[in-house]
Amino acid sequence: MFNFFYNSNIFIWIERVINFINSIFFALLLVALSFALIFSPPDYLQGDSVRIMYIHVPAAWIGLASFTCIALLSILNFIFKVKNFKLISKSIAPIGLMFTCIALVTGSIWGQPTWGTFWAWDARITSMLILALFYFLFILTQKLISDEDKANKISSIIAAVGFINIPIIKYSVEWWNTLHQPASIKITGTSTIHASMLMPLLLMFLVLILYCALIFLMKYKTEIIRIKKNNLKRL
Amino acid sequence: MLPKKVKKRAALLTAILFSSLIAIFIILKTLSSNILYFKSPTDIKNSQDNSINKKIRVGGMVKKNSLIISGAEIKFTITDFKNEIRVSYSGTVPNLFSEEKGVVAEGKLQDKKYFIADRILAKHDENYMPPELKEIIKKNVK
Repeated sequence: MFNFFYNSNIFIWIERVINFINSIFFALLLVALSFALIFSPPDYLQGDSVRIMYIHVPAAWIGLASFTCIALLSILNFIFKVKNFKLISKSIAPIGLMFTCIALVTGSIWGQPTWGTFWAWDARITSMLILALFYFLFILTQKLISDEDKANKISSIIAAVGFINIPIIKYSVEWWNTLHQPASIKITGTSTIHASMLMPLLLMFLVLILYCALIFLMKYKTEIIRIKKNNLKRL
Repeated sequence: MLPKKVKKRAALLTAILFSSLIAIFIILKTLSSNILYFKSPTDIKNSQDNSINKKIRVGGMVKKNSLIISGAEIKFTITDFKNEIRVSYSGTVPNLFSEEKGVVAEGKLQDKKYFIADRILAKHDENYMPPELKEIIKKNVK
C-alpha cells in the first residue's frame, strides 16, 4: 500500500518544481500585491483597512488546510507506518504555524480600528489560537523527544486530536454568537464580497499557496538529505 | 486482508479519537453559555439569572433613529428585531459604530430593559463592497 510514496528518487522533480515556482513567483506576487494594495477599491464601511483582509483570509485558509493535511497524513502514518508521510507532515507544520500566527496578528491589527479591540475571547479567535497551540505541540514533540518512533507516535496522536478543532473553527461563527463575522465566501450560494475585491483575494491566495509550496519543497528536500546522510538508500 | 498490527493501531487511534471527541463535546456543552460572546436582547428577556452586578455583553443591531448623543453620553437601543434593550454609554466608540449596524456592548444590566455599558465594540458584517456600489444600492432601495 502507498508504494508510490516510497519512491525516494524524486530529487530531480523537486528541483524542477522549485525552479519553476521561483521563475513565476515574484512576477505574480507583484501583480497580486498591486491589485490588493492599489487597484482594488476601499470598502464602503471600513475604508482602506479592508486591505488587511487580503493577507488575513488566505493566511487563515492556509493555516486550516495545512493542519488538515498534517492530521490526515498523521492518521495514515500512525496506522500504516508510512515513513514518508511523517517527513511531509513535518515539513508542512512550520508553514502552517507561521500562517496561523499571521492570521491571528493581522486579525488583531484589523480588529483595533474596526471592532475597537485588539483581542476578543470569542469562539472563532479562541479556537484559532488553540490551532496555533496544536501546531506548536506537534512541532515541539518532534523536536524534544529524541526517540524517533515515540516522537512519531505522540505527534501523530496530537495531530489527530487537533483535527477535531478544524470543524469547530470553521463553524464557530455559525454555532455561537461571535464578534468575528461569518464567512463571506461560500462554496455553495452567492458570496457577499464584491467581485472587485474577490479577485485580488483569490490572487493573493494563489501567490501564498505558491509560497507555501516553495517553502515546503525546500524543507522536504532537507529532510530527505538528512536521511540520505545517514546512509539509508530508501525512505 | 490487513495485518493484525495495522488493525490494532487503527482500533487504538479510533478509540483515542472517539473518546476525545466525546470529551470535547461535553466540555463545549457545559461551557455553551460562556462560549457565546454576547447575549441577544431576547436571551436576556428569557433568562432567569439577570444579576445586576455581573458583567455581561449584549449584542445586536443599533436601532434606526434611536441614537441620541448628549455631551459625552450616548444612548441607543440594541435590537434583535424581536426584543430591544436601551443602552447608555459614555466614552469613545469605534469608527464603525452607527445606526443599523451590529454592535456589542460590555457592561452591567440595570434591569431587563436598561443596560449601562463601559465598552462598545462594533461588529462588522460579512458584506464587502466598494463605496460606489453602496451608493447605487442606497438609491435603488429608496
